[in-house]
Amino acid sequence: MAGPANEVDGLGRCQGGKGLEFLQPTSLTEALELKAAHPGAVPLAGGTDLMVDLNFDRLRPEAMLDLTRIDELKQWWPHDDLIRLGAGVSYTRLVSEIGEYLPGLAIASRTIGSPQIRNRATVGGNLGTSSPAGDALPPLLAAGAEIEVASAGSSRRMPFRDFMIGPKKNALAPEELIVAVHIPKARGPQQFSKIGTRNAMVISVASFALAIDAGTRAISCAIGSAGPVILEAPEADEFIESSLEESGAWDARSRIDNSVLQRFGELVAQGARPITDVRGTKAYRQHALAVIAARTLTWAWDDYMASA
Amino acid sequence: MRIELEINGDTRSADDVWEGESLLFVLRERLGFPGSKNACEQGECGSCSIYLDGNLVCACLVLAGQAQGARVTTVEGLAEDLDLHPVQEAYLKAGAVQCGFCTPGLIMATHELLERKAQPSDAEIREALAGNLCRCTGYEKILDAVRLAAKARA
Ligand SMILES: Cc1cc2nc3c(=O)[nH]c(=O)nc-3n(C[C@H](O)[C@H](O)[C@H](O)COP(=O)(O)OP(=O)(O)OC[C@H]3O[C@@H](n4cnc5c(N)ncnc54)[C@H](O)[C@@H]3O)c2cc1C
Ligand code: FES
Ligand code: FES
Repeated sequence: MAGPANEVDGLGRCQGGKGLEFLQPTSLTEALELKAAHPGAVPLAGGTDLMVDLNFDRLRPEAMLDLTRIDELKQWWPHDDLIRLGAGVSYTRLVSEIGEYLPGLAIASRTIGSPQIRNRATVGGNLGTSSPAGDALPPLLAAGAEIEVASAGSSRRMPFRDFMIGPKKNALAPEELIVAVHIPKARGPQQFSKIGTRNAMVISVASFALAIDAGTRAISCAIGSAGPVILEAPEADEFIESSLEESGAWDARSRIDNSVLQRFGELVAQGARPITDVRGTKAYRQHALAVIAARTLTWAWDDYMASA
Repeated sequence: MRIELEINGDTRSADDVWEGESLLFVLRERLGFPGSKNACEQGECGSCSIYLDGNLVCACLVLAGQAQGARVTTVEGLAEDLDLHPVQEAYLKAGAVQCGFCTPGLIMATHELLERKAQPSDAEIREALAGNLCRCTGYEKILDAVRLAAKARA
């Protein structure tokens, strides 16, 4: 059996040269107190991002703070016209239990990883990682979600756009944890689409989410994997809202002209700020976005036309 | 740290587990359950698939301490003594095993699918096995094995 923590074990694996504390709170209050006492402790939810770093010796924190025993984080409930989604709800549960209220987020969740990944991985973890390629993030932005974070004795809520502030950077303070996401229940069709090299288990090269509010006749878009953060596309939103208004398409529930779809795609592509990297070039991402934006709008509008 | 958990119905424990190691490492290297394979350690290949409290997960992505007190089923827990599980029989009959490295994970994923959906469509089979890679078979025989296992249940 392996000896002290700084030995190389039988498989030649270096255990990091220092101890690693394992903290396992069973309530949110206890977790926040532990986080205050150990600001360097790394919160661990489904582990589908963190364990890869741990297994490959890229992460050697002083402590891991396991959040999977905290019931408060694993619950969701409706309140007013929102869903309060605990940070620790897995994608599998999200899809099966709340998909009908949050169709955009559910469609995106179904594209994440594999069944094994979705059984463990959480929206809180996607927010914690704050990757521009995080697939849960564009639907949160398009739906106008707010993030609830807490530290011992206080909590605050902020819109998603104030939460994610750069690639793998967010507004979370060292003593804070993500507690929940407050997401308006869908008030119309929502869609999500992503481009990748194959159909499953793929990181987005570009992604796009769209939410229609059939009551206020508003459309909100969000672009993923094509900028330092998840981006809004206000010009595309305004363009499509006003062309639908002018053509009377909201009342007539009529098709959107191809020229309008094309212009909408162009405005989305112009709203992106992509870079060239191993997964795709800037030009490819822009082209892909124009295509998936028009396609996503068509799907969502088909749903709107079909709704009486 | 000391880890105690239930594996395939028996209580097992391991001492001196390093806080940073995965459940897969504990199963294979400390507790003598080498059925779950270690191929990628990054959730990509599915060869370490196990049930953790009833959910199919990659054991390489579970930190050992997270499995404290949990109920684990590994591929070793499917057969009853020398009687292979019907899913295992189907993989043998269909010729879905070549080098066999991916097989334990695929058997677990197939088992989970058929428990959930006894007669899956081809699209459902593909979605359920999307997290398991095989470098040998080209997947056709694996799809045959799943269909055969489903037929055996009908
Ligand atoms: C094979 C594979 C495929 C994948 N495919 C996709 C994909 O298609 N799309 C996609 O978007 N992602 C994908 N991922 C990445 C990953 O699954 C997601 O980012 C997932 O949402 C992470 O959730 P988790 O609970 O596993 O997070 P963890 O790994 O536990 O944590 C991730 C980060 O969030 C922090 N954190 C977690 N919970 C909290 C909290 N409550 N408060 C504060 N910080 C917290 C952690 O400290 C860490 O920094 C994939 C990963 C793998 C291994
Ligand atoms: S070893 Fe766990 S998924 Fe590959
Ligand atoms: S049989 Fe060799 S990897 Fe699948």
